[in-house]
Amino acid sequence: MNYEEILLIPPYSLDKEEKQKVMTDYLKELSCFHVDHSFEYKNIVDKLWGGKETLKMADSYYEFPFLSVSLFKKLELISVPKEEVVKTMTSSGTTGQQVSKIFLDRDTSSNQQKTLAKIVANFTGSQRMPMIIIDCPSVIKDRAMFSARGAGILGFSIFGSKKIYALDDDMKLNLAGIKQFLDEHKGENILLFGFTFMIWQHFYQELLKSEESLDLSNGILIHGGGWKKLTHEAVSKQHFKKSLKELCGIEKVYDYYGMVEQTGCIYMECECGHLHASIFSDVITRRMKDFSVCDIGQKGVIQVVSLLPKSYPGHSILTEDEGVILGEDDCACGRLGKYFEITGRIKNAEVRGCSDTYEQK
Amino acid sequence: MTNLEKYNKAYIEIFEITENQLGLELTYQSIDNWDSVGHMGLIGELEDTFEIMMETDDIIDLDSYEKGKELLKKYDIIIE
Repeated sequence: MNYEEILLIPPYSLDKEEKQKVMTDYLKELSCFHVDHSFEYKNIVDKLWGGKETLKMADSYYEFPFLSVSLFKKLELISVPKEEVVKTMTSSGTTGQQVSKIFLDRDTSSNQQKTLAKIVANFTGSQRMPMIIIDCPSVIKDRAMFSARGAGILGFSIFGSKKIYALDDDMKLNLAGIKQFLDEHKGENILLFGFTFMIWQHFYQELLKSEESLDLSNGILIHGGGWKKLTHEAVSKQHFKKSLKELCGIEKVYDYYGMVEQTGCIYMECECGHLHASIFSDVITRRMKDFSVCDIGQKGVIQVVSLLPKSYPGHSILTEDEGVILGEDDCACGRLGKYFEITGRIKNAEVRGCSDTYEQK
Repeated sequence: MTNLEKYNKAYIEIFEITENQLGLELTYQSIDNWDSVGHMGLIGELEDTFEIMMETDDIIDLDSYEKGKELLKKYDIIIE
């Protein structure tokens, strides 16, 4: 199957066995492509994984090579000629931190957008809605060099009909603007998008301080970027949801898990509060001591595999996140595939900026 | 203004190009300004100009000047 054909399959419709076959076939071919087109990747596969021949003989994608996510900060990993790169994405590390650099060609970039649209439409429907972006406009200023935040905003913009940024470039909440926007779109569903920490710090807390109110009972909030910063402030997922509901009546709040190294195939949270793997990607949890595969319910370091990365060898990555697979094909929401939760960061992981790394000035 | 003139004006203004750059060669990523940011700008402009709301699939599929003309037929906008 080629990617165009895979895009036609509903994103949560393959059971374990079917998905195993699609993933293994596609990822085997993709891994071989990267061996043939990235010198660095070939070196790693040759030295650590027994080379392309071993890869070809493996009968499940569970056995395919994976790269540590930190490698994308140390090496410029790319599988197409540099002149075909149309966009470079970076993890938004702050000064002093090294950032990952991800090189996208036209096809990979376009497949990312198509995949994201399929996944998100499964939760919001395919109709577009007035959209409030909880960030500042300057985040997409440099058009060739995107941060994870910029990429997220741009990717989700396709679901917005009319759009407004909730913050100005000094990160101040534009309450008057939001009120006017909501007035103009009374009775319509409103899409809100932003990064978890930004929403908490610059939207929720500012709104609370202002002692004004917003009616977002028609709102659908999608947020991602991680909980690390909020865990420091002792804000749990439940507390986050409850607080937003109490302050602006918003009921539909979906978290998602994703990373700039595999943009597009995000893991959306369902109505039951579980993160779901679509047919475009998968999560595998591994034991730290020997990287063997964990059982369902057992905590381990998360590996993510994705069918998307063609212009760079990021299709199989060992993250620095820790999580638990809660089940497969049997979530009460009805979606097939694995569902899981993120429990934290692995110990001794380099303190790493993901998209929630936004330092207060 | 005819629909074609309106259609052209959207491209010229959003991408800051001249009329002779319009045509078969004008595709997504073929000029610097038609990147993913520019793309959303173009969609917004076309929607305002023709007072339509496009579906997400069509936004993704609109990857060239010519393809756009074809896609707009779906919204009863005939560009000739």
